[in-house]
Amino acid sequence: MKYVFKKFLFVLILGVMILSLAACAKKIENPVIRLSTTTSVNDSGLMAYLQPVFEADTGYTLEVTSAGTGAAIEKGRTGDADALLVHAKASEEAFIGEGFGEERVPFMYNFFVIVGPEADPAGVKGVATAAEAYQKIADAGATFISRGDDSGTHKAELKIWGALGYDPTGQPWYVSVGDSMGRVLTVADEMVAYTFTDKATYLAHDNALSLLLEETDDMKNTYAMIAIKPERYPDTNYEGAQAFIAWMTSEKALKLIAEYGVEEYGEQLFFVP
Amino acid sequence: MQTLLEAFRLLLGADPELRQIITVTLQMSLLSTGISALLGIPLGVLIGANDFKAKRLVNRLLHTLMGLPPVVAGLIVFLLLSRSGPLGSLKLLYSVAAMVIAQVVLITPIITGLTANVVSIKAPLIQETAAGIGLSPFRRMLYTIYECRVPFVSNILAGFGRAIAEVGAVQMVGGNVQFKTRIMTTAIMMQTNMGHFEFAIALGIVLLLISFLVNLLVGRIQEKTLSA
Repeated sequence: MKYVFKKFLFVLILGVMILSLAACAKKIENPVIRLSTTTSVNDSGLMAYLQPVFEADTGYTLEVTSAGTGAAIEKGRTGDADALLVHAKASEEAFIGEGFGEERVPFMYNFFVIVGPEADPAGVKGVATAAEAYQKIADAGATFISRGDDSGTHKAELKIWGALGYDPTGQPWYVSVGDSMGRVLTVADEMVAYTFTDKATYLAHDNALSLLLEETDDMKNTYAMIAIKPERYPDTNYEGAQAFIAWMTSEKALKLIAEYGVEEYGEQLFFVP
Repeated sequence: MQTLLEAFRLLLGADPELRQIITVTLQMSLLSTGISALLGIPLGVLIGANDFKAKRLVNRLLHTLMGLPPVVAGLIVFLLLSRSGPLGSLKLLYSVAAMVIAQVVLITPIITGLTANVVSIKAPLIQETAAGIGLSPFRRMLYTIYECRVPFVSNILAGFGRAIAEVGAVQMVGGNVQFKTRIMTTAIMMQTNMGHFEFAIALGIVLLLISFLVNLLVGRIQEKTLSA
């Protein structure tokens, strides 16, 4: 009896040791992925929504930092990120051209919108393009709040002013605050002014601004991911970045992204192709 | 290194936006300090020179206010001036006036406290002299201020140093609006967040110089006061 018990115990302990060794072997070498994204993406709440699912599915830990697009992309140059999730095509292509990133993986899009006072003094509602809306705002001298921080949203805004061949810098009605989308919306709310924002952040933000213009061709906003090449900074988590991109473009993730916001706001905040 | 050189180039070339930011900063800080001094010095003299029933309570309140976290002051002023707040109709939010208000809230207790401390030390002697000459209470206050003018200048400078270094409260109520309420501290934070380090460093150098100068003066005055 004693002998059988001892043998059983031996086998049990051996079994546990083998199992734990196997578990060790399965552990990811570098489990932390540093994702550098933009304040717009963060303020929309999308990453907070996807992160727990991603981490549960893959065993990786996602560390998300957000900044204006310019600063977010800069992290890829200084070795402070493993992957980027941004929405500024020209800047992204320049970044890859410089040799820092592998390739651009566009995976979702949404539209910028123009929001403003319910009374709409500049008459923006119902025009055909954002450029037309901007022209009306400039003509009326209506207060307009700008990101002013070199972000993807700011660059998109400037592109539209550029299409008009007009530079609003220095105009008394043009308020440039140099901050995130969330804060710009707060300022616009306080000053009862117009602003240019992504729809997701606008819906997620508590304000009394009205949605005046959406889904025009010149307001489409495409998001892409870029894995950082490990050549310059050897401890870049290249495998992790690849795993993240693969998961984000999987059917499961794309379905989650398409569903985000539907329950709370009654509509999709991000569209997938 | 390249960044540092570029920062100096910005300073020497007197970039117009840089100059404008420095100007607004000085205007705001001088105004805040001036108002805080006008309020704080008489109040501090009253508290320091007199014994009254509620003195301990007042002193405790004063020291609590001196330690008021700047972001809390900013939050309070923001809520007051916000469109949905009691003073929203004044439309003061995101203006230099709003920043001055927040700073006065922060700096007045500091100047009051420092003044009260100085006065309480010199009070007995001043009281003797004033009683001897037969000064009215108002004139006694003026006499006190005259007698303590050196440490008072030091206190005002300390208040100014505090004003020019403030970032949280003024960001909240000022909004860091380009050409309007962008000051050195909020500009440094913004430029750093954007990764534009040359501009941030240039402003940082100016701010450091001003800070050092103020603290140097305060130190010199304090030395003189002690040795007097």
